[in-house]
Amino acid sequence: MLAAHLSRPLALVALLALAGCSAAPGPDGINDPYEEVNRGWHDTNIALDKAVIKPVSTAYGTVVPDPVRKGLSNVSDTLGIPGVVVNDVLQLKLGDALHNTARFAVNATIGLGGLFDPATGMGLEERDADFGQTLYTWGVGEGAYVVLPVYGPSTERDALGVVVDIVLDPVGNLLGNPEASYKTGLKVADLADTRYRYSDLYESVLYDSADSYAQMRLSYLDNRRYELGTPIVAGAETADQTTTYDLYEDFYE
Amino acid sequence: MSDFGFTRRRVLTGLGAGVCAMMLRPIAALAFSSSQAEALIHKAVDDINAIINSGKSERAMYVDFEKVLVRYADTPSIARSVLGPPARSASSGQLNAFTKAFQTYIARKYGSRFREFIGGKIQVNSSQKINSIYDVKCTAILAGEPPFDISFIVHDRSGKFIDLQIEGISLLKSERAEIGAMLDKAGGSIDKLTAALS
Repeated sequence: MLAAHLSRPLALVALLALAGCSAAPGPDGINDPYEEVNRGWHDTNIALDKAVIKPVSTAYGTVVPDPVRKGLSNVSDTLGIPGVVVNDVLQLKLGDALHNTARFAVNATIGLGGLFDPATGMGLEERDADFGQTLYTWGVGEGAYVVLPVYGPSTERDALGVVVDIVLDPVGNLLGNPEASYKTGLKVADLADTRYRYSDLYESVLYDSADSYAQMRLSYLDNRRYELGTPIVAGAETADQTTTYDLYEDFYE
Repeated sequence: MSDFGFTRRRVLTGLGAGVCAMMLRPIAALAFSSSQAEALIHKAVDDINAIINSGKSERAMYVDFEKVLVRYADTPSIARSVLGPPARSASSGQLNAFTKAFQTYIARKYGSRFREFIGGKIQVNSSQKINSIYDVKCTAILAGEPPFDISFIVHDRSGKFIDLQIEGISLLKSERAEIGAMLDKAGGSIDKLTAALS
């Protein structure tokens, strides 16, 4: 039963490992063979933001008071913790697994079902993990950059991670209907809150850049590699990292 | 729902300014050290902290911020680098004009995010030498937000900073992409690009 449950993602992992091996980043550290398709999805996502996401999050942000939005986002975060613990275990980070289990226990009880976040004040701050990161620790390559419909920037490795996280999520698997859709609703509310809270920042990148696609791609890859702990300038890790700061070599040619 | 892979951590701040290009050689001859790199960023951060808590208008803050850039960052080299290969065929007059416009653009662009920094502060933690650069690691502590990491990249050749990374996002790389796209839009003309920036 469990084996059947796991065989699907594992087959995907095997496929991805192959994909990850064949793809190497270019001299700028970017591996984007699907650029044409990606740009198409990027434009679609921007149109979607303009037509739906932005107006909905503005309405949500304006109508619902800040503490309520924050509380709902906290509940959504708390419901996500068991999935994080699964990834901690898969990465053999048992300290983080305990940390996050304690965080879940505190916020689910004293935090009134996750509405509040007393755990952070007790030294049990948020420590995220996801299956994309798990794949990274297992040595799977990043693969190509991809823009997913609605979701936005990702890589082949992270896109697989997103799917597997849904499959492995203990909370999602425990909940029947309609509870599962409440959880999805909370996630949507959380994203709308983020979109509203940082609207200046989103809009400066999405709408004021000369090439918003290139900006999103760079920011996503830089930030994701940083989260995963890729060193900023490390030997010959990637061509990108050795050339980024060669300002002066070129200068004195 | 799209989050476009974004969080507020990708909040931006600024880049830099500097010294005449020919002056770099003698400075480079001196041995630059980790402690000097840290000292430089300590001073820059003190100045930035003073600006964000000065209570001045946003406009006045942009002007002050540009001064910090000119003082602590190597803007002529950064400007050359964001232009890329077209910089090689540009005249020194064109490069100077571009550098001037670029540093004002940077101060305004990232300075407009200063509202989010008011009442906050940046603290310097540690530095690490990697080949010819120093990664000076800092933490930005803002009111009502979880703290986030920023790093100043100081080059030993100029003894000034050449990049600022916010949660890993390099502003140098980001501006290379942005200025590259703007140069394309300007039909490859550096003069038109300079005009568009100012």
